[in-house]
Amino acid sequence: MKVSITVNGKEHHGDVEPRTLLVHYIREVLGLTGTNVGCDSSSCGACTIHMNGEAVKSCTILAVQADGSNVTTIEGLAKDGVMHPMQTAFMENHGLQCGYCTPGMVMAAVGLLNENPKPTEEQVRVGLEGNLCRCTGYHNIVKSVLAAAGSK
Amino acid sequence: MIPAAFDYKRASSAAEAISLVSQYGSDAKFLAGGHSLLPLMKLRLAQPAMLIDIGRVKDLSYIKDAGKHIAIGALTRHMDVETSKVLHEHAPLLSHAAGHVGDAQVRHRGTIGGSIAHADPASDLPATTLALGATYVVQGPKGQREIAAANFYKGFLESDLAADEMLVEIRVPKMQGAGWGFQKFNRRAQDWAIVGVAAWRRKNEAGVALVNMGSTPILATSVADALAKGASVGDAAALASNEADPQSDLNASTEYRKHLASVLVRRALEDASK
Amino acid sequence: MTITENKTTNVIGTRLLRREDPPLLTGEAKFTDDLNIPGALHLAVLRSPYAHAKIKSINVSAALKIAGVIAVYTGKDLQTTWAAPLPCAWPVTKDMKNPAHYPLAIDKVNYVGDGVAAVLATNETASRDALDAIDVDYEPLQAVVDLEDALSDKNIIHNDLGTNKSYTWPLLVEDTPGCVEEAFKKAKYKIKERYVQQRLIPMAMEPRAIAAVPQPFGGDITLYSATQIPHILKVMTALTLGIPEHQVRVIAPSVGGGFGSKLNVYAEELLCMALARKHNTPVRWVEERSENAQATIQGRGQIQHIELAADENGKITAIRVRIIGDMGAYLQLVTPGVPLLGAFLYGGVYDIPKAYDFSCTSVFTNLTPTDAYRGAGRPEATFAIESAIEALAREMKIDSFELRKRNYIKKEQYPYTAFSGLVYDSGDHLTAAEKAAKLTDLAGVRKQQKKQNVPGATKLLGVGMTSYFEMCGLAPSRVLASLNYSAGGWETATVRVLPTNKVQVITGSSPHGQGHETSWSMIAAEKLGVAPEDVDVLHSDTAISALGLDTYGSRSLPVGGVAIAMACDRVIEKAKTIAAHQLECAAEDLQFVGGTFSVKGSPDRALPLAAIAFGAFTAHNLPEGCEPNLEAQVSYDPPNFSWPFGTHMCVVEVDAETGAVEILKYIAVDDCGIQINPLIVEGQVHGGVVQGIAQALFEEAVYDGDGNLKTSTLAEYLVPAACDVPPITTAHTTTPSPTNQLGVKGIGEAGTIGAAPTVINAIIDALSGLGVKSMAMPASPQTVWKTIQAARGGKK
Repeated sequence: MKVSITVNGKEHHGDVEPRTLLVHYIREVLGLTGTNVGCDSSSCGACTIHMNGEAVKSCTILAVQADGSNVTTIEGLAKDGVMHPMQTAFMENHGLQCGYCTPGMVMAAVGLLNENPKPTEEQVRVGLEGNLCRCTGYHNIVKSVLAAAGSK
Repeated sequence: MIPAAFDYKRASSAAEAISLVSQYGSDAKFLAGGHSLLPLMKLRLAQPAMLIDIGRVKDLSYIKDAGKHIAIGALTRHMDVETSKVLHEHAPLLSHAAGHVGDAQVRHRGTIGGSIAHADPASDLPATTLALGATYVVQGPKGQREIAAANFYKGFLESDLAADEMLVEIRVPKMQGAGWGFQKFNRRAQDWAIVGVAAWRRKNEAGVALVNMGSTPILATSVADALAKGASVGDAAALASNEADPQSDLNASTEYRKHLASVLVRRALEDASK
Repeated sequence: MTITENKTTNVIGTRLLRREDPPLLTGEAKFTDDLNIPGALHLAVLRSPYAHAKIKSINVSAALKIAGVIAVYTGKDLQTTWAAPLPCAWPVTKDMKNPAHYPLAIDKVNYVGDGVAAVLATNETASRDALDAIDVDYEPLQAVVDLEDALSDKNIIHNDLGTNKSYTWPLLVEDTPGCVEEAFKKAKYKIKERYVQQRLIPMAMEPRAIAAVPQPFGGDITLYSATQIPHILKVMTALTLGIPEHQVRVIAPSVGGGFGSKLNVYAEELLCMALARKHNTPVRWVEERSENAQATIQGRGQIQHIELAADENGKITAIRVRIIGDMGAYLQLVTPGVPLLGAFLYGGVYDIPKAYDFSCTSVFTNLTPTDAYRGAGRPEATFAIESAIEALAREMKIDSFELRKRNYIKKEQYPYTAFSGLVYDSGDHLTAAEKAAKLTDLAGVRKQQKKQNVPGATKLLGVGMTSYFEMCGLAPSRVLASLNYSAGGWETATVRVLPTNKVQVITGSSPHGQGHETSWSMIAAEKLGVAPEDVDVLHSDTAISALGLDTYGSRSLPVGGVAIAMACDRVIEKAKTIAAHQLECAAEDLQFVGGTFSVKGSPDRALPLAAIAFGAFTAHNLPEGCEPNLEAQVSYDPPNFSWPFGTHMCVVEVDAETGAVEILKYIAVDDCGIQINPLIVEGQVHGGVVQGIAQALFEEAVYDGDGNLKTSTLAEYLVPAACDVPPITTAHTTTPSPTNQLGVKGIGEAGTIGAAPTVINAIIDALSGLGVKSMAMPASPQTVWKTIQAARGGKK
């Protein structure tokens, strides 16, 4: 089935089996391996991208469902070699260790601040309930997101 | 992680969707947000031969004040139900419950219609709309019919929807200033409720429904009847499990569920009685 | 000059941001499944749905018909491929029973997840579809799931062994024979407790992934694997496949967490390598999460009995411990040794006399094999002693903090030779504990508790503590020899100053989130007087870092980092001789400060390291007998373990009606000696603590009576999210280790070791007014509620 998806500003045309998950299309067909697969029950959020401006789990969307949509992956956040303020905040606050959950976490956090620009700590923690991390214990992730919110 | 192969067709209208599903029968399933169905398919617990994608049906996403009730299109996403000003004003119990479904990413994709049609007793919105006395509007080859929520849920993942019918609208009576309470008891915030309660109350009139207390969402009529007869919140809550048939699972035994139900009904009613 | 003596460190101790971060943040970093390997075949493994069954027949014909499927292999097909079974590197006793374990089961499956057939296909989807098309005829057998049942040998899993017992390992230390029993007879106070250390699933966020790439000529093969142990994997896979060691290259790309679960030699690694060589084409594999839950090792799994004897003051006079260890179906790399790593720590941070009677019997079960998981034996031991001391305090009706104070090893007693003969390097338990109490406002919490915990109260306040020890920095090789471990505990470092004064550090450590590149660059920068950004740290590729023992057991800093410091010393030593020659003075007259050699008292007679490095490269003017180039290699065998310690405290509120537990505050005071990078240290504590909290409240690998895993996805196995855990207040004391020049101890596992008993003790404290004296893990709401009901005698 033919699909046309704009990813990080570039339109891509593909021909996929209906069962192809969007995350697999992004990783394997488009070669954008920054988005990661961490589970098989839509629990971990490592696959989080933005679709039409909203944070979604790309493992729970078929590529054919994303036909005609506008997708941003982690590779599309930095502009001209300059990291997005959220990426900078994560680095400055040690919000990552192994980095595997990080692309999804950053995309979810950017989505969170898009909808709630000045969250409380509690709202950040609840806002990231769909993203699991095994390394950081979340303490510095929360700090990073609050720092990014404060810097606007 | 990789679903079994299936055929896929897109419907651009409810009528087209119904015509397609009539052709393929029980081998076909509707795909809306996909956040109930796709997780099952990725684990190969469900292997429909055909998916009919209704995600692009244009006129089924809306929230309208229709006088005595609010009319919600079946393809309205949880996020839109959560943030709707119309619902904040007229059915805050529902908008609040929608904000507790899954997580933010799920709420951007999952739909209220998908959740209700899936008829999982552990989901929040079936029970919440049940408590509110909602009516579900369903469309089939012979036209539309209305089903009261109380008559909709037949068994585990089973509803009154025929194989060739599609849920198109949810009608939620306006709460008219009634107090309300919502309790979702779980171990992690992103989890299904171990036991959940959706309750509203206006003086001695009340609607109480339970999440994950049986093979369907449960309307706790004994509780509402007791309140109508003037019972205290505590005494009414003690009857929480009268209509329920809770299962034992990883997180809770039948006994513990029954206990939780009475505690949580009491707490929800306390909130609703403020 | 040691780091601890040098009061003006420039880089060490600073919160340098991590160089690892930008590629991870932008998605450029490559994890193993990200690698682009054209032409690679995909491996999928068919796994047994039965915990215990005979394989009667396997029919692969339907699978072979699926488009894209190249081949399907059974265990029988591949029997001649292996030169040896999967290795167990720790035969803890001479008579330890170790069943042969091959990458695919042959006649019998022994756990749900045991590999039965291997599919090779041109794409991952076809390989997955093929699994559904393979028809296996099993004859199910009764599964052995319960430890005490396994011990009884009523139902033997490995017939050729004749028993389910793998080994019994004792540690009996008595000043005089029979003094333990005597101490218990004479004791003024004694307690006897039983604890269960539930099985945990490590759940590193990156599922395991592999790619084996054969080279067309010469028989060489490169194994890319999401592993913590590239060096060990190289030698072990070579031995298992029967191929020359030098023909194997192992590369760990970015690795997404390990926590011990990637410290292993796995069936899939061998399958990828063997089939890549057989088909002369790359073979790759990635596991699904629910596959990971079954086919990647699990952690913990013990039943513990602990007894303490104490005198009238509560001073512990003897300890007796009996452990049943759950090995699972097979012994993987260090499976049998995990309980032993804790064997020396059941006395905790207390001054214990030579009256210690420990014994561990480990058994096979029809469950996923266990192995090291963050803490590996030490969290279990710490839980036991820190819960037991609470029980003793209850018995004596005194405050447990007070009881601990009476038993702490005192600061003045360090270095302290323990009952076991091990020397604990440095410690000050009282100071750390008092700091924790202050940060927790323990007095204030107790006041609030009195007010709040009245009869009929719904929300009950409790505070719990743990004072822990960590035995890490694995390890002095001769001690490993005495424990029968098959390898050593050294680590290597090469430090090389390139002609333009840029530095290469080649380490034998293999990071997977710990920030070694940043920390090791800081050590070299400090020693050599260069900027950290001028130091390149190379690791995790056996062609570049040829020798090493990899990363686990909180060893990389106290062993690997120290090796780097020592290699820098040798570089400076050589540079000094060159400088002395070129400055025409004696080497003793030179000092090396801020990257420059200068004659003491004549600061203008100086040469920067940059000039020496370039001079070593040109070799135009080197002293007699001095070789060109400026590099040194060290293999450092630590003389001792390292002993981080600390006290954690937490305040919880328990909802007595529902059993829900909320942690209101969590305070961790940890002492890992000198901190190279406090930012990274805090991160390790945060992550470790949350894994321990998760163990206390959320996590358990649940099996039914037939050995089916009921918690195989992240929807059922409850790894917590940000809103499920509290912020962590971290603080430290600094008690440098005298064992190494950096004064460092390591911190990777300490958080996990301290956290679980801290939380459980707090819950018991909250419910003590209701008569609750113990709490099983995980303390789920249902478990808490049932415990309350039982304590109340069933009355609501």
